[in-house]
Amino acid sequence: MSFILTFILMLIFWVLLSGHFGLILVVSAVIFSLLVAYLSHDLLLGGVGLSSLIIKSVRFIAYLPWLFWEILLANFEVIYITLHPGMKIDPEVIEFDPALKTDVGITILANSITLTPGTVTIEAGKKSGFKVHSLTKGADLTEMVTKVKWIEGEE
Amino acid sequence: MDIGTIICGVLLFIGCFFILVASVGVLRFPDFFTRIHPAGKTDTLGQACVLIGLIFYEGFDFISLKLLIIVVFLLVVNPTATYALANAAFISGVKPWKKGDKRQ
Repeated sequence: MSFILTFILMLIFWVLLSGHFGLILVVSAVIFSLLVAYLSHDLLLGGVGLSSLIIKSVRFIAYLPWLFWEILLANFEVIYITLHPGMKIDPEVIEFDPALKTDVGITILANSITLTPGTVTIEAGKKSGFKVHSLTKGADLTEMVTKVKWIEGEE
Repeated sequence: MDIGTIICGVLLFIGCFFILVASVGVLRFPDFFTRIHPAGKTDTLGQACVLIGLIFYEGFDFISLKLLIIVVFLLVVNPTATYALANAAFISGVKPWKKGDKRQ
């Protein structure tokens, strides 16, 4: 199942990047997509069912507009702090455990934290929990954790 | 001048502004962990703005699709690289700067 999905994804990706449809190109596209799918299908979609994959993808896409809005806010906040002559920063390291079960959830949360207001992830993992470096005191991450848990369907 | 060129110019200007501010931030902030903030975040939006500006300049065809793919990869790769840097510094024992400390 994951083999066929990876093969189709790789084929679409090849067509997008090449944009040509000559015989030799299409044949090599099929050959190399098969090769890549054979070697790495368990890495990309390892052991996930099709229906849960579709649900998670749709939820992730629904999460993106909110994330982009937060990225925009983050950038204006960092610009304000950077250009303020008084250098109003008060860094701290926050530790918390979001109790996410999957690697995908941890990756999404860690990258989202790095992209949003005044926070950078410095440690993330199932056992170690999260350590977040924040530029100003009192950063609130509960909303983002809730949204990522919703993507994972763990609520 | 058509509308695509104007949008392209505006987005290029905004992108360059973000990247300039990121460089100023890297120079002004006091230590490693605070310097990562402008380098990892403001750069991401700056580069994304420049590339989206180029998409508007190019019009919508295969080349702009490739540019869009680069934008998506940047949004994934940039925070991951920032995390790798910060995590390496944290593991090797760099102490985060506290308010009132001297600049490093």
